[in-house]
Amino acid sequence: MQHASVAPLLQIRDLRVRLQSIHGPIEIVRGIDLDVGRGEILGLVGESGCGKSISWLAVLRVLGRQATTTGTVLFEGRNLLDVTEKEMAAYRGRRLAMIVQDATSSLNPIHTIGFQLAETLVHHRRIGWSSARTEAKRLLDRVKIPGAERRLGQYPHELSGGTNQRVAIAMALSGNPDLLIADEPTTALDVTVQAQILELLQEIRRDSGMSIVLISHDLGVVCETSDRIAVMYAGRLAEMAPSSDFWRSARHPYTRGLLDAAPDIDEPIGRLRAIPGQVPAPSETSRGCAFQARCGVALPSCSVETPAMTPVAKHHSVACLRSPSCGREIVQVPREVTACHPF
Amino acid sequence: MMLEFFFTRGLRALATLLLIVTITFVVLRLSGDPAINILGLDASDEAIREFRRSWGLDQSIWVQYVRYLQAVIEGNLGRSMLDGRSAVDAVIERLPATLSIMVPGFVLQLVVGIPAGILSALRRNTWLDRLVMTSSVVCFTMPGFVFALLLVMVFAVTLHWLPSGGAGTLAHLVLPVLTMGFFGAATLARFTRSAVVDVLGQPHIRAATLRGIPRRRIVLLHVVPNAALPVVTIIGLMLGGLVAGAVITESVFSWPGIGRLLVTSVASRDLAVVQTILLMVGTAMVLANFCVDLAYGFLDPRLRHGQGNSANKG
Repeated sequence: MQHASVAPLLQIRDLRVRLQSIHGPIEIVRGIDLDVGRGEILGLVGESGCGKSISWLAVLRVLGRQATTTGTVLFEGRNLLDVTEKEMAAYRGRRLAMIVQDATSSLNPIHTIGFQLAETLVHHRRIGWSSARTEAKRLLDRVKIPGAERRLGQYPHELSGGTNQRVAIAMALSGNPDLLIADEPTTALDVTVQAQILELLQEIRRDSGMSIVLISHDLGVVCETSDRIAVMYAGRLAEMAPSSDFWRSARHPYTRGLLDAAPDIDEPIGRLRAIPGQVPAPSETSRGCAFQARCGVALPSCSVETPAMTPVAKHHSVACLRSPSCGREIVQVPREVTACHPF
Repeated sequence: MMLEFFFTRGLRALATLLLIVTITFVVLRLSGDPAINILGLDASDEAIREFRRSWGLDQSIWVQYVRYLQAVIEGNLGRSMLDGRSAVDAVIERLPATLSIMVPGFVLQLVVGIPAGILSALRRNTWLDRLVMTSSVVCFTMPGFVFALLLVMVFAVTLHWLPSGGAGTLAHLVLPVLTMGFFGAATLARFTRSAVVDVLGQPHIRAATLRGIPRRRIVLLHVVPNAALPVVTIIGLMLGGLVAGAVITESVFSWPGIGRLLVTSVASRDLAVVQTILLMVGTAMVLANFCVDLAYGFLDPRLRHGQGNSANKG
């Protein structure tokens, strides 16, 4: 919502994540610059494996010893990548909360919902167990779980995926964080529950002014819910633009491909359009733009030069060598390239 | 549902015990003649005939088997052919000696094995992990009697700190208990480590870290209870190993317990005593496994509701 005018809540600069593998280190995240404004919902989209979740797990420093993270993550003037582990632990859950993919498996199977919620509350709010239980019930009410009192005594396997997702959100809220990172919060859920969860996230933002990063591979989900959209491809940002008018203003050939691949309810039923080719494996350290092999409008220089994020309009940047010189007309990918990829 | 669980469990326990009785009977009867083993090769034919007649050994093996089974069902486990004492008395007399090395040995296994496994998993791929796992492999692969003899060589023969065998004082207990403890501790450490490593990789542990729960609390309240399930299974199975360990340990250290009684009774084909010991061990194992099954339901709420159906399959 608010962009450059106020200092952002979180500033990520040149974030790089390297994972150790048997074939040597692999760079999964390859230099990301990203700001999250106060009270903003930022959508982060990209195909599976492009580094969306890893980036945020790296920001919260939970990737373990196998991963090396470099760059800066400024939060209230401090670089989170430099603080001690003890200080970092105090940020987790209380200032920056993250809901991981698949809520059911993110809850401990052998403890009740009530225990897990109360445990988080006791830790963050320094209250006693009995008041934590009352507060836990209030949180379940807030995320609109019916029969909250009864749910407290139940185990994750006794609840539906949608209810578990609400429980996970309730837990994330228990520390009153400034930033909530929701990783694919709607992926495993059916469409009506999806809509309810997204509405809930928007409501939370409205009520508390919390910033939210919404990670999803579903452009539709992100477009509807967020204020700004960042598109990631192969460990880098490809495009960043306000979500209002995103459908028309998006310029990066990859973003256009994603938009074209989304089935349109108004169009007659036809074949789904896919982007040809596949995401390069993180181990392929090719020069140039990572998308060039799949791009219908690639230039010879695309295989040599790695494009940087360049502003093309207010709050809109694109990492493409054809931009800003090329407008939408060139990025309109010729149909024969994107169309008719049989599944 | 609970009733059905106890019923099927009980039936299976009886079947197990019947199998134990039958197999020992067959093996001991077919592999040697108690009359010769007990009276000696130079005993007169008359004495041997008389011995066989008085113990019913002149009957056909089927008659002997049915009679023996009848007696067992009536609660009469028979008398020792060696000295005519009640087999139960002979075994119970030795029980305290065996328990005095078995119980501390078992506790040692738990106290050393479980923490070592947890620590090893938490410090995975560090020098500590490698140290624990290497010593575990060494203890695990070395035969019990070799380990026992090594202990004797170091602490009794070379250092003269502890007696090499016999019973009586607390000092006599140390080496047998160490022998009993370390083999099991090594097994337990390996299983605990892999169970903990497995749980550490589960998404809910990372989620707990992301919620800001302190590491120590995560380990104690989230990792350990989840890892307990496979570890408890192994502990149940290890009770069998404990008996085998007692046989070896008692033989090496001339410890006057049930293990040694078993060895001498098998050698003299003293059927009643062997059967009594094995029935006792069998009952202990059945009870242990029953406790393990009950523990499953206690440890994992997902198994609690289907206890009658799922737990008795395992």
